[in-house]
Amino acid sequence: MVTVTINSIETQVPEGTTILEAAKSLGIHIPTLCHLDLHDIKMVNQVGTCRVCMVDVEGRRNLIPACSTLVAPNMKISTNTLRAIRARRAIVELLLSSHPRECLTCERNQNCELQSLAAELGIREIRFKGPRLHAEKDTSSYSIVRNKEKCVLCRRCETMCNEVQTVGVYSAINRGIETVIAPAFDLPMIETSCTFCGQCVSVCPTGALTETDDTQDVWSALANPDLYVIAQTAPAVRVALGESFGYPVGTQVTGKMAASLKKLGFDKVLDTDFAADLTILEEASEFLHRVQHGGRLPILTSCCPAWVKFFEHSFPDLLDIPSTCKSPHEMFGAVAKTYLAKKLGIDPKKIVIVSIMPCLAKKFEAKREELSQTDVGRDVDFVLSTRELARMIREAGISFETLPDEEFDDVMGESTGAAVIFGTSGGVIEAVVRTAAVWLDKDNPNPEIDFHQLRGMQGIREAEVNIGGTEIKIAIANGLGNARRLLEDIRSGKANYHAIEIMACPSGCVGGGGQPYHGNDIEVLRKRASALYKEDSEKQVRRSHENLQVKALYDEFLGELYGEKAHDLLHTHYVKREIL
Amino acid sequence: MSATQTRIALRNCGVIDPESINDYIATDGYDALAKCVFELKPEEVVDVIKKSGLRGRGGAGFPTGIKWETAMKTPSDVKYVLCNADEGDPGAFMDRSVLEGDPHCVLEAMAICGYAIGASQGIIYVRAEYPLAVKRLQIAIDQAKDLALLGDNIMGSDFSFNLRLYLGAGAFVCGEETSLMNSVQGGRGEPRIKPPFPAVAGLWGKPTNINNVETYANVAAIIRNGWEWFRSFGTEKSPGTKVFALAGKVNNVGLVEVPMGTPLRTIIEDIGGGIRNNRRFKAVQTGGPSGGCIPAEHLDTPIDYESLTSLGSMMGSGGMIVMDEDDCMVNIAKFYLTFTAEESCGKCSPCRIGNQRLLEILTRITSGEGEDKDLSELDELGNIIKDTALCGLGQSSPNPAISTLRFFKSEYIAHVRDKKCPAGACIKLVGFKVLPEKCTGCTVCARNCPVKCISGKPKQVHSIDQAKCIKCGACMEKCRFKAIVRG
Repeated sequence: MVTVTINSIETQVPEGTTILEAAKSLGIHIPTLCHLDLHDIKMVNQVGTCRVCMVDVEGRRNLIPACSTLVAPNMKISTNTLRAIRARRAIVELLLSSHPRECLTCERNQNCELQSLAAELGIREIRFKGPRLHAEKDTSSYSIVRNKEKCVLCRRCETMCNEVQTVGVYSAINRGIETVIAPAFDLPMIETSCTFCGQCVSVCPTGALTETDDTQDVWSALANPDLYVIAQTAPAVRVALGESFGYPVGTQVTGKMAASLKKLGFDKVLDTDFAADLTILEEASEFLHRVQHGGRLPILTSCCPAWVKFFEHSFPDLLDIPSTCKSPHEMFGAVAKTYLAKKLGIDPKKIVIVSIMPCLAKKFEAKREELSQTDVGRDVDFVLSTRELARMIREAGISFETLPDEEFDDVMGESTGAAVIFGTSGGVIEAVVRTAAVWLDKDNPNPEIDFHQLRGMQGIREAEVNIGGTEIKIAIANGLGNARRLLEDIRSGKANYHAIEIMACPSGCVGGGGQPYHGNDIEVLRKRASALYKEDSEKQVRRSHENLQVKALYDEFLGELYGEKAHDLLHTHYVKREIL
Repeated sequence: MSATQTRIALRNCGVIDPESINDYIATDGYDALAKCVFELKPEEVVDVIKKSGLRGRGGAGFPTGIKWETAMKTPSDVKYVLCNADEGDPGAFMDRSVLEGDPHCVLEAMAICGYAIGASQGIIYVRAEYPLAVKRLQIAIDQAKDLALLGDNIMGSDFSFNLRLYLGAGAFVCGEETSLMNSVQGGRGEPRIKPPFPAVAGLWGKPTNINNVETYANVAAIIRNGWEWFRSFGTEKSPGTKVFALAGKVNNVGLVEVPMGTPLRTIIEDIGGGIRNNRRFKAVQTGGPSGGCIPAEHLDTPIDYESLTSLGSMMGSGGMIVMDEDDCMVNIAKFYLTFTAEESCGKCSPCRIGNQRLLEILTRITSGEGEDKDLSELDELGNIIKDTALCGLGQSSPNPAISTLRFFKSEYIAHVRDKKCPAGACIKLVGFKVLPEKCTGCTVCARNCPVKCISGKPKQVHSIDQAKCIKCGACMEKCRFKAIVRG
């Protein structure tokens, strides 16, 4: 333990504690901006670049950054000397002097850490005036918009992208006031190896990184009487959307979400969960097919589009191990524009599929050429993030809080508990195992349904599941850095599994890049995941193969599981990509 | 002149053939390394350096022996010896002279350091803009290896030390030790937060001793002659000598090596031979682009680390630029800020944005657009940048502005309130007028004016159209009757 004095209060803290943490333990708040410590997901941005958290330390010539300085024995720290207060204010004024200050029209208005900091410090005037950086927005990518003008160079995106996700798209380029955080050579995002996981957006304190806004296109589609606009919602959306309307974190708002989508004017409000059940049937069949025909194992899940793009760039030699299943919302689109169109008697060309997703990579995925059908067009037309849906609901003046709950519409609206847990790390593999446990152990009258060993938040997890006497080795990774470690072990032959589930975002889709901002609190992700497991446990039907609507889909339209038609509509292929 | 100089770091420069190891050996070269390897224990070597009081010649003046001791005492399987040869200050060429004139003295010192701290690998980070230095260093390394003075089992002993060069790509900030290490590691030249200091966790996280060229250039001489000998030069707190690159408005420019404690006046008046063209001395700028300007009343200050710092300047790596009455101190501050603002790596906000804002204030003042509040903001912002910036670059970059504001405030006031540049250097504040009593109407001025803004018939008094004048000064230069003056 180290004894230190902060603002005349003596305290003891463990060795290796930062001044910021030591102050916090005494209830002393030191303002910060660049600092971000999400140690649960190994995202620790301790670069000391913004210089907002400067404090006075006795005997030191200069002010000291509290976030990145460790306490030393008998350190005497003052957080609020006039010198420190003035410096802090001046630093924030400097940051604001080179900022566009377009708060009124900024996506992060009222949800911006720089704005909050200026308010917290009571900045009323910016003394240091001068020109600021003028740069074009990078809107090349369908998923992420980069606005360098609003960047405060906190480097959180860089730490997230390089150290947590190991994608390595961002770094500082140029010098002096021209310094920006950008891909190498300031390449447009679409030309880089960005996976569009959107985790950089999740941690950006300002409006420098945001999602591509597709709401205007969706408003237009909704207003067009010739089009039949169908909404589908991913599982993780229903446990996060409420946060945007003041509900406690972890509240399920499935009914209100369905009701508000109907109020927005969607012709049908359906559920991606239906397609999640479908995915399980196809993926489990593919898995069994590989086992029975000596195919390559392990099988890797393919429902996460950021993960898909990641392995296309980083593991082009392993393109034959991920499942060929399209992701659920793409399967949904493909089925809706064929099977459902026929059922409803609507020209598929007039159908517009809007996916409501916790994800930004889904926006890119929807634009992939291979995810479309001749004559019908893309499987999915537009993708809205959870945040975008919240904005549309607000813009439409819908009173979300007082709205009575409603159900999803019929056909492709029914889903099982197995589909609901797709939204959290471990959920997809648990859903597979639930079905496999029944299929492989036909004599068991009471097959297991809750596989707690597969649940949790840890970045890499391993488990063995015994099904009818067969041990199935499973690995689960969330976060692309963890996925990389796992894949490298497989490549080198060090690891041996039957099936692996991978999600690009920490904790899976509940922590997706399109979700309401978690406010730098990982507990938020945990609560969202718990809400999904709660919804699952409350469902009558909890195994994908027991979804009667899915069964009807095969009986009436698709025919055989993993059969020819299923291949046409529900499976895809991957392409090798370079690293840039 | 040379009588007042004392050459330790430059002892062999110009004396030996830098491409001949035999020349170096003939001047007792590598004796010190042999003495260390065969006669002294590592801690004894460190002890000699500590007792010598040698301080870092790269700028901050940190005691070299303490650096070595820390690196020696930090346990690690791998340690590194780095040489900072990224001499980036404009106009400075102290290290360049040593590298080009006496490369072996750096190699020998690094090997001694390697022996002392327990490192077997060394890297010289030399800027690519010094091609001759790079060439001679490589020749020296190869020659030393051939004679087993570098490499494995030096002189048949158990001590091995391998050296290689790493070429810098031209960023000024890479002269900052932690940025330099990032650069060697293949990263962007950006400073790291200290602590941990390089001696504890440096290159690739391993204990690393990093000194600059001139510091190393003193080491072999200290080992050979003893710390008492070294302490016989210079002052109690700053023993030894310092090399300066004397430049600017003095009669003799070039490198000078003088004992610490030598007054500035001695360097400028005796060695430099006084101010050129009988102009008046105005200030001396020391310490490179982040140093400060020292006025005439402090010319008798003995040079050491502390005295220069107390005058708002610094030792830096040894730049020394002398200015006369034609130099505008506001303009000079602007000049240096232009350099540092551009060379800021952009990592921390005070340096990235703050220096740019300082530069803008100075630009306003020199353009005649300054206001009274600009002066207080310049001072406040400058001091806040010094107080909060992440690395030495940012912590010192406001020095030219702060020191000129301190010593030459009246010049700033003239710019701001009277919209005049007393030195006549700020082009936007300079005007030219014709003295009617001296003008003979010879028409030379009108004929030489590039924008044809001077009118007047032959043999009649001419006049300048101020609205059209671009203030180039051609008329004043060409007038044979001194009839055109600033004003």
